[in-house]
Formats: sequence, structure tokens, C-alpha cells
Amino acid sequence: MISIDIEKKLKAYPGEQVLKIAAQFESSSITKIYGPSGAGKSTFLKVIAGLVEPERGKILVDDVVWLDTISKTSISPQKRKVGFVFQNYALFPNMTVQQHLEYVSDDAQWINRLLIIGKLETFTSHKPEHLSGGQQQRLAILRAMAIRPKLMLMDEPFSALDPKMKSELIPGLKSIWDELETTVLIVSHNPWELEGLTAREMEINPI
Amino acid sequence: MDLTPIWLTLKLAAITTVILLVIGLPLAYWLSKGRSIAKIILEAIITMPLVLPPSVLGFYLLMAFSPKHGIGEWLHNTFDIQLVFSFKGLVLASIIYSMPFMIGPIKSALQQLPLSLSQASYTLGKSERETFIKVLLPNIRASVLTAATLTFAHTLGEFGVVLMIGGNIPGVTRVASIAVYNSVETMDYNAANIYSMILFCITFAMVISVFVFNKYKAKSPLE
Repeated sequence: MISIDIEKKLKAYPGEQVLKIAAQFESSSITKIYGPSGAGKSTFLKVIAGLVEPERGKILVDDVVWLDTISKTSISPQKRKVGFVFQNYALFPNMTVQQHLEYVSDDAQWINRLLIIGKLETFTSHKPEHLSGGQQQRLAILRAMAIRPKLMLMDEPFSALDPKMKSELIPGLKSIWDELETTVLIVSHNPWELEGLTAREMEINPI
Repeated sequence: MDLTPIWLTLKLAAITTVILLVIGLPLAYWLSKGRSIAKIILEAIITMPLVLPPSVLGFYLLMAFSPKHGIGEWLHNTFDIQLVFSFKGLVLASIIYSMPFMIGPIKSALQQLPLSLSQASYTLGKSERETFIKVLLPNIRASVLTAATLTFAHTLGEFGVVLMIGGNIPGVTRVASIAVYNSVETMDYNAANIYSMILFCITFAMVISVFVFNKYKAKSPLE
């Protein structure tokens, strides 16, 4: 169970907005997060991952305090080890597909399994600049999966994938999430993006 | 024809570049992360040699490291180290004088990398140090090469600072730029021409190699 109660100021024009969220997410559940542009959807994921500090709040994951602004507790992103898929992919330009996954895991079988799910097994020696947008996005997902995350945070993860590729990829990801009992939060502005996944929905609106 | 000043210059430039690489990489990384008053002041101090007349910098270094004053006296009495009119003094002066050429390009390149690269690495459980070595550094390789080359080339051409702190001692502190001046003073234009031509060719070859390596996109010293 993940319990979140945070408050974070957002830069906005004009003035300032406040992202205020109090929510609970069941273990192994999938939640689709939606809301208008600039509502703070990406910021919300970054707060959970420990990449952005909120002004106030508490995050509990399986009864472990990840963040508590009152007691000034904040576990580092390295220790939280969430699987994070960035909206801009954040791939490492100096690494090939294989090296991206080996940077995270030394389990060759696990890496091969991920490559097959992402249909990137024939592109292992390619660097990101030589991959298409869809291939880059799949690599970003596989890299985040490589740490076997208990919590997966995905920011517009399927936006560059064609419907066929998406329908082939999602069952593979789902089977791994079931296996690892991963809780998944997916930010998406596209209502059809999560076809094929049973997901709870959550709307974010800043104050 | 005495080629000692050329070897001495190359030795000085190589030592300065290596030391500045070791100091410059972590320092540029620290400066590239956020802003604070301390960082602004330190960056201003590092940049000063770009705008300050070399003779002024050399004068203050001469005063600071003179065995009769402050730090110089302490170094002399405690460790028996004399920096003025010695090769060690030249190395120290060159490090200070060439520092902006090492720090500037590396800091700028680090700031241009998307923040999400480090963030992605942190979420994968990697430390800041590992992220710097395996993710950030390989992606600013061209800028590091530019910085090292500019530092080396700039050290080759030092004159005012090295003359002030090192003087003109043959085989010890008489580097190529001073040998050119010395040759002109003694009306030996042939020697001055040879020293100048060697310096010109070395620096030209280095700048060309940076342009080629960076695919014709060499960075300016302050980028």
C-alpha cells in the first residue's frame, strides 16, 4: 500500500498554483493519472521518486516512510529505486541498448527477456540516436523495468508507440508487473492510451 | 640552437593540463549544480585571469609566494619549498592562469546536459559519483578534450605571469615565450623566429585537431 499526502507549489503564469494530493494506491494496482497540461502530473511522479521535494507532505510505502517533511525524513531516489519512465525518455546517448540494461542489471536472462518483450533484441548494439522514437520509448520502459521495481512511475510512456506495437507490448509488461507485484502509476493525457489495461483513474487539478 | 625552452614549455603545459583535469572535473561539476553566493564568488575568482593583465596576476603571485612574505615564508620555513624563480612556481602560476580555460567548457557542457539524465541514473540506484563517471562524463567528452587542448595551448603561450614568478633562468624557468623575448632582446632574430614558429605550429595543430574531433564545432573558451 502506498499512501501519499503532499503539497507542492507549482510555477504558473500568472501567479502560483498548488499541487495538493492525498491518495492511496493498493499494492499491485495500476492507476492512470490524468489532468490538464501544467497540472503537475509529472511533478507528482517526481515527488514520489524523490527527485523533487514538496513543501509539505508524507509518503508511506508499505509502512516505510519515504518522505516526511515534519520529521525532515527523505529517502534518496537511489534507495527508493522506483522504475521511472521519463517523458523525454532520458536515455544515455553514450550507451547502446544492451549497455542501458547492463547498467542496471547483470542478469543476462532477465535482460534477454526484457529485450524480447520490448522487441529490441535485434537492436542491442544501437545507440539511442540510431533508434526510432518508438524504439527509444520502449528502451526507456525496459531500462526502468530492469531494476525489478516494486513501484513503477511512467510519464506518457506509450505516446510514441503505434497501436499494434502498444497492444503487443502491454501484455508483456503486465505479466512482469503481476510477477513482481508492481504498483504502477501512469501519467497520460490520452484516454485511449491504456487500452488493454484495467486501471483505476485519478484526476489531478491544481488549486 | 638551444631547444631546452621548448621542452620546458611542453613539460609545463603537460603537467598543468593533467593537474587541471584532476582539479577541474569535480570543480566544474560542483559549479554546474545550482547557484549560491559561494559559487558565484569562486567562479569570479577562477575567471579573473581572463580579464586581469598577466603582469598583475604575476605580481601578486610573486608577493604571495616570496620567501619573505606570508604563505611563501611559511612554505619556505615549514617545508623548505621555494616557489618563486622555480619550475614548481611556474606550475602553480600556470594552474591559476589557465584554470578558466579548463573549467569554462566543462561546466558549460555539464549545464547543457538534460537534468533528466542524472535523475534517471539516480532512480536506477546509481550514486552521484557513478552517474558522473558513467553517464555525464562520457557525454561531455568533446568538451573535456576542448578544455584540455585550450589549457595546454594557453599554457604554451604564457608570458607575463611566468616572467614575473619564474624570471628568466635558463633550463629552469626560461620557457619558449620568454626565450622568444630574450632572443629579440639580444638581436638573435633567427632563434626568435624558430621558437615562434615551433610554438605557432604546435598550437595550430592542436586547435585544428579539436575542430576535427568536434566535427568543426569547437567551443569558445567561455562556452
